[in-house]
Amino acid sequence: MQELHYERPTDVADAVALLARDGARALAGGTDLIPQLREGRRAANCIVDLKHVPELNEITRTSNGGWRIGGAVSIAKLGAHAEFAAEHAALLASARLIGSLQIQSRATLAGNLCNAAPSADAVPLLVAMGAIVEIASADGACSRTGALSIANGPGRTSLAPGDLVTALLLPAVEPRTAARYLRFTPRREMDIAIAGSGVVLKLGDDGVIQNADIVLASVAPVPVRAKNAEMLLIRQKPSAQLFSAAGAAAAAQARPISDTRGSADYRRELVAVLTRRALADCARQLGVSLS
Amino acid sequence: MKTVVTCEVNGEPREALADSRETLLEVLRDRLGLTGTKEGCGNGNCGACTVLMNGDPVCACLVLAGEAEGCRITTIEGVATGNTLHPVQAALITHGGTQCGFCTPGIVLSAVALLERTPHPDEHAIRHAIAGNICRCTGYDKIVEAIAAVAAGKVTP
Repeated sequence: MQELHYERPTDVADAVALLARDGARALAGGTDLIPQLREGRRAANCIVDLKHVPELNEITRTSNGGWRIGGAVSIAKLGAHAEFAAEHAALLASARLIGSLQIQSRATLAGNLCNAAPSADAVPLLVAMGAIVEIASADGACSRTGALSIANGPGRTSLAPGDLVTALLLPAVEPRTAARYLRFTPRREMDIAIAGSGVVLKLGDDGVIQNADIVLASVAPVPVRAKNAEMLLIRQKPSAQLFSAAGAAAAAQARPISDTRGSADYRRELVAVLTRRALADCARQLGVSLS
Repeated sequence: MKTVVTCEVNGEPREALADSRETLLEVLRDRLGLTGTKEGCGNGNCGACTVLMNGDPVCACLVLAGEAEGCRITTIEGVATGNTLHPVQAALITHGGTQCGFCTPGIVLSAVALLERTPHPDEHAIRHAIAGNICRCTGYDKIVEAIAAVAAGKVTP
């Protein structure tokens, strides 16, 4: 590891000024970054620790009934927020698949997104829920973008030097909406998904599916939105048959590789099964029994 | 770049001069001589280096020295009270929950953190709490039994 400056800014302006320096990297939980630096998979000469910027550490209710999760909020802190935890049980459950409790004491949702691992467990539901990423830039600008546009390859993001993810904004949860992320791992704990599927399902008053958002993990260089499966579901009545067809459509949109964790065919099969089961679980949460 | 790290370790104010590339694990072991905390994988997978940071279990190998500034750290050396073992330590001995002992400091800290928050965990909660601590000797059952015995108040230190 090369010489390292450790910086601990206390406001966003100082943090982005430091991050604009050549070779600077943001550190939130550090659970990915520190091993990457040590193993030479990433280089940095300046570490900007975000945990002492107050506004990056807040969980707040937004004026539109959603949530603002600061970029340095740990998963443990998010889970300890009773109101958030009650409202976003599915998202929290997906975040609690990341590493161990030791990891979750430090790791953040923003870090899971910006580390840009295709297998990131919290990302499918963030995308499916329509999370907006709030970014502060070195020129003082503040912009917003969808969570799906952050990763543009394994370990690579669309963020420019000096860009800092200050918060993730979750919209208000709409009535008659349910969410579920399912992944497959050979081990029950401490493992990386071979495939994952995150689903948000919204029913109309007539019991017909009004909206479906399906995002897949670990089956492409970046998270994949299963648009064809979503289209198949909209304006249909939930049924076991429909969910099987949606699972097959999602599998057809996966672009997996074969590696030590699983073959491409196996991953496609997993996507079909996980998507079907996640949809069925959403229907169950909404009190719908499948015919 | 050298940096002075000031933090509270096991209730005592401590100061160490560390390279900013060093981790909390290296500060504890190499600068402060607290070698009870072990290095296993060095990348957050094995949990051998688990310590409590402001009460939260963390892998000391994933914390930079500078991040520890101003923090309250508890290592295995700070768990017992004088010569009296912590109930978790006592239970691991009586239940045979330790063999080679390399994972034991981390297991103890994870169990202490669990019982602080959840004094009466069920078996699932115990297994989940130590899921980030790899043990290659015991097969875990005796560790789980030991922690359950403490939770049930069956252990006197």
